[in-house]
Amino acid sequence: MSTYSVIGKRVRRVDGPDKVSGRAKYTFDLVLPEMLYGKILRSPHPHARILSIDTSKAEKLIGVKAVVTGKDTLGRKNGIWRRFPELCDEEILCRTKVRYIGDPVAAVAAVDEDTAEEALDLIDVEYEPLPAVFDPLEAIKEDAPQIHEGVELNINVTRHIEWGDVDEAFKKCDYVREDQFKCSSQAHMAMETHCAVASFGLDGKLTVWTSTQSSYYVQRLLADMVGLREGDIRVIKPATGGGFGGKFELDSPQFCASVLSMKVCKPVKIVLQREEEFTASKRRTPMYCYSRLGAKKDGTLLAKEIRVITEGGAYTGMGATCLYLTGFFSSFPYRYPSYRYDGYRVYTNTAPTSAMRGFGAPQSTFVSEGQLDMLAADLGIDPVQIRRLNGMVPNHEVPGQATVQSCGLPECLDSIDQHLRQRGKLPPDHGIGIAAYGFMSGGIFNWFDTPYAFSAAIVRVNIDGKVDLFTGACDIGQGSDTTLSMICAEELGVALEDIRIHAADTGICPVDLGAWGSRQTLMTGNAVKMAAADAKRQLLEFAAAKLGANIVYDLDIKDRHVHLVDRPEKGFSYYDIVKQAIRGKDGEAIIGRGHYTPHRKGMVSPAYSFGVQAVEVAVDRETGRYKLLNVTTAHESGTVINPVGIEGQLEGAIMMAGGYGFCEDQPMDDGRILNPSIAEYKLIRSLDMPETKILEIDTYEPEGPFGAKEAGEGLTNPTAAALGNAIHKAVGVRINSLPITPEKVFRALQDQKQ
Amino acid sequence: MKHELKFTVNGHPYELHIRPKTLLVQVLRDHLGLTGTKRGCSCSSCAACTVLLNGMAVKSCSVLALQAEGAEVLTVEGLARGPELNPLQQAFLDHGAFQCGFCTPGMLMAATALLRETPKPNKDQIREGIDANICRCTGYNSIIRAVTAVANGEYQEAAK
Repeated sequence: MSTYSVIGKRVRRVDGPDKVSGRAKYTFDLVLPEMLYGKILRSPHPHARILSIDTSKAEKLIGVKAVVTGKDTLGRKNGIWRRFPELCDEEILCRTKVRYIGDPVAAVAAVDEDTAEEALDLIDVEYEPLPAVFDPLEAIKEDAPQIHEGVELNINVTRHIEWGDVDEAFKKCDYVREDQFKCSSQAHMAMETHCAVASFGLDGKLTVWTSTQSSYYVQRLLADMVGLREGDIRVIKPATGGGFGGKFELDSPQFCASVLSMKVCKPVKIVLQREEEFTASKRRTPMYCYSRLGAKKDGTLLAKEIRVITEGGAYTGMGATCLYLTGFFSSFPYRYPSYRYDGYRVYTNTAPTSAMRGFGAPQSTFVSEGQLDMLAADLGIDPVQIRRLNGMVPNHEVPGQATVQSCGLPECLDSIDQHLRQRGKLPPDHGIGIAAYGFMSGGIFNWFDTPYAFSAAIVRVNIDGKVDLFTGACDIGQGSDTTLSMICAEELGVALEDIRIHAADTGICPVDLGAWGSRQTLMTGNAVKMAAADAKRQLLEFAAAKLGANIVYDLDIKDRHVHLVDRPEKGFSYYDIVKQAIRGKDGEAIIGRGHYTPHRKGMVSPAYSFGVQAVEVAVDRETGRYKLLNVTTAHESGTVINPVGIEGQLEGAIMMAGGYGFCEDQPMDDGRILNPSIAEYKLIRSLDMPETKILEIDTYEPEGPFGAKEAGEGLTNPTAAALGNAIHKAVGVRINSLPITPEKVFRALQDQKQ
Repeated sequence: MKHELKFTVNGHPYELHIRPKTLLVQVLRDHLGLTGTKRGCSCSSCAACTVLLNGMAVKSCSVLALQAEGAEVLTVEGLARGPELNPLQQAFLDHGAFQCGFCTPGMLMAATALLRETPKPNKDQIREGIDANICRCTGYNSIIRAVTAVANGEYQEAAK
């Protein structure tokens, strides 16, 4: 499909010049006249009753303009699963009880940050500490402390997925394996911490600038929490310094800054300190997993049963979605004739766990791809071969759940097989492990209960032919502003520089659910394409009249040239037709509208991407230390809209997912995170980053704009799994808990010797 | 008690009166409005605040502003000449060497210092040169490609 003019080209990002020159303005950079600085007081206890809060001393401190506690709120409970009130469980400013170290209890606004900080020390909170529980396996016991009233055994959410006759199928298996795994937590660690500037005016309207993945969710949830109508709240997302799943719920800076601003009618800015970011923003969900896998002698998979208990932390957040997706993606990317999943999300007195890039699937992929390699080894079958034998193929139906249309998994496996052959025999203690994966292109579920289309866009063609594109989609760094501008330019037949995108401002943009679940390329992309097509159709009406061509001819615009498709020489300039069309419409600019909501696409997603990754390691048997040498990924994401963007997603995912497998963790002691700083939180830096290679596989997704689908999160799924498999290939030890630290490898090697 | 600070930022001389505990990053961002320089941690662990102090890369969150007395400071805002982006900035654009962009100013300054010291760095030297700078988006390899392209003279036109 090389007929595209914009799509598939290596372009510079539309936000690039601002970002490389330091001109891009983030929420972190914003300063407004009369702006106050806010700080949040947080619980030092993992579980305690609040007996009293005395703010009088803080209020008297010179420079302090407002102090708020839960009493200054409406006492409502926040939750993104709005269809399920019992899952809306977070007050944000706690009134009677705190449930983790970091739970907010008060907030201060002062003339500068130092004064606000000083005022926090002057607030007296009297707590009655309560027994606390930190491990979900303990929290689920009869005698465990109850974290939320009325929640039996602290079980927050359960999810069950089943198809086929699992018990009968296991009886028919020649071979069955049972294994247990433990998946750890991970911090999003976006470079820009959570922050917001809230400004409530005397007109009764609230404007919030914030670092977010969904300005619409923030607007809607704030409206519920502060008692304003949605239309009286305008949420604007300036340049945003990363999100990775950590920024699409209503958070403490957004809420506290709003409550403070509504009290003083001045702008209030709250920026989380890095330590708060580690301890009191949400994080990846740790899990205990049991998996049972059965196959025939030839490697054909017949049955799978998986049970998962996840550490929920103190609140639900996006945890319910995560729990479902762990179950759904535990079956990926294979054709299981029978399958059963039971997931339990358990409240604990730890920092809440929620969405993070991959959304439960990196965990399930670590489990399922590790176990599949073990099963293949037991049966003497090659890892590529067993995946080929059972892997998904185009037009596969996941019973009762989903329909997979395009699927390039077979080609990805071929490609990785070739890579493995090329690598040939490896030096001693080197190993290559592989993992196959798949992921969704946006979620179909509407737990948020939005009445709006999931995505929408407006395209305005102005008199000089320049185009304004309006969408609620959120570019948090992944490059959606560029990708969507490319889609708009291609469909309308103009150049990328003709487009100016206005995004993620609820005051001027149509609603879009935002950047989560790898949804924007497909969902917002479809809305943008439809809006551009609508604008183009209006232009072509004038062109057709002007050309007076036979009705059988089709018209189009390409490279700013309006023409007959079959006779491209017959046509004229795009600029001319725009001028005439606008004059012809009595001076009204050409406005195209588009929207997208998936229909009849199953319960999960309209499309799925696939891939296979090979991770090569070299292990030092003496110390257990190992090096990630290179990561080669055969990946398909439908038509590639923005190749530079895909490379960035892939390499960035390897840094993050490799870190999940290799070194990133949040160890705790009685609910206190022990490494809440960048100095202590180990992640992959440039010296540890492996070489990366992409083997791009062509596919075309009928549901996606120009055939495109996701390329954001799926790439986070395979790396930890492939790493575990690589270590096993290299030195024969199997580590079933994340992260795979040198210490674990060393101990396993010691055991192996004995 | 405020102290006088005279120094040059991006070629422009400044005279300020500041509290002695003020950090260089605070002066740049809060007093001069040069918000290109970022802060990701405040404990010199992420290097988002990297600037050049007399040509040397420093983390401006761990330098007192008064230590810059008489010095020349270069920030990301001083890299471009008017509308003309410098070679490194152009290479970052072409290689997709940034995503969210929050670490980019610090990364550009670290790479600038590296290229001044070692005009033809090999890959390992580039990895070392930016190892203090955390990027959560790109996985670093695109940044290494961009710096390599500049070192190889692929952007000489832009430098003129």
